[in-house]
Amino acid sequence: MLQKVYDWIDDRVDITPLWRDIADHEVPEHVNPAHHFSAFVYCFGGLTFFVTVIQILSGMFLTMYYVPDIENAWRSVYYLQTEVAHGQIVRGMHHWGASVVIVMLFLHTLRVFFQGAYKKPRELNWMVGVLIFFVMLALGLTGYLLPWDNKAYFATVVTLNIAGDVPLIGEMTKTLLGGDPTIVGAQTLTRFFAIHVFFLPAALFVLMGIHFIMIRKQGISGPL
Amino acid sequence: MAEKKQQVSRRQFLNYTLTGVGGFMAAGMLAPMVRFAIDPVLQASGSSDMKAVADMSELTNEPQRFDWTIEQVDAWYTSEVTKSAWVYLDENDEVVALSPVCKHLGCTINWAGSEDHPNQFFCPCHGGRYYKDGVNVPNTPPNAALDVYQKEVRDGKLYLGNAVAREEA
Repeated sequence: MLQKVYDWIDDRVDITPLWRDIADHEVPEHVNPAHHFSAFVYCFGGLTFFVTVIQILSGMFLTMYYVPDIENAWRSVYYLQTEVAHGQIVRGMHHWGASVVIVMLFLHTLRVFFQGAYKKPRELNWMVGVLIFFVMLALGLTGYLLPWDNKAYFATVVTLNIAGDVPLIGEMTKTLLGGDPTIVGAQTLTRFFAIHVFFLPAALFVLMGIHFIMIRKQGISGPL
Repeated sequence: MAEKKQQVSRRQFLNYTLTGVGGFMAAGMLAPMVRFAIDPVLQASGSSDMKAVADMSELTNEPQRFDWTIEQVDAWYTSEVTKSAWVYLDENDEVVALSPVCKHLGCTINWAGSEDHPNQFFCPCHGGRYYKDGVNVPNTPPNAALDVYQKEVRDGKLYLGNAVAREEA
């Protein structure tokens, strides 16, 4: 049945090469943990991606209850944690995943660094990877404010003051991020929400796309 | 060896295993999220308290609109919400308390809301009409009679609860 549906579509739009190109390719022996167990270090990039998928999914579901408003943000989080079935699990996935994704990203970076896999011709991909790292850090930072509890509030006060210490453009940057020169409040929360949920994920998708296309174009670096 | 027996090839076995493990992981990930999302659908609706709405002495044979407020808990937001009912005494001096919500698409109906139909409830949205007892006038948009409030008379006061759909006559 499924095969028939697939064939019917494939007959018309020829989708086989599409997924073949993505999914069906040789994995060199030196990156296959079945051959050399130490090759598990090659998994960290994929694990980063896997956790990112969890973050995207759990984040999408969390916005079903969350409101980015100073009156209701904390209460909506409290409600989804205490009243909604599996609320603790879904928010827990997003909360812990945020840390795990940074850890995985870091391990992946270490592997690439110590194997020298960033060297020519893969310098561009290293740069894109560093940008992904920055976007991830920014996602963690902006997401931290959203529960609108005391910890979130004062972490953001500190963040905005750090941004304010940048020479020349500091005050402007601070206002741009916080929505107000002095108040950390309604506009700060909506801005951080918009950045966390729309701007940064958009940037992340583009960068990840470039990252993966380059891997396929250049192949995995050779054995040590 | 039994060459004729259908063997599971190494490739097939790995495919099945991978699909199974992958499916299990995906399910483990998605199950809490889906349950989380569909929670409102599975939530049992709470019964509301009866509220004193009017003195029995105020009631006449003519439908009158009475308003009262209830405390509505909407997830993290609790507020006072105004409810209303059209109340009158029928020919046996029994209380009739009708919901003002049109059964067509939920607008609010009025008694004698249309000059052409002074003895009917009228909905301004699509011209739905109901007789005095709340039964919908045939060939107007609504296809059911108005809901009736759960009612109780205590110490000369009328108490109303939830509006309930009546069974099809």
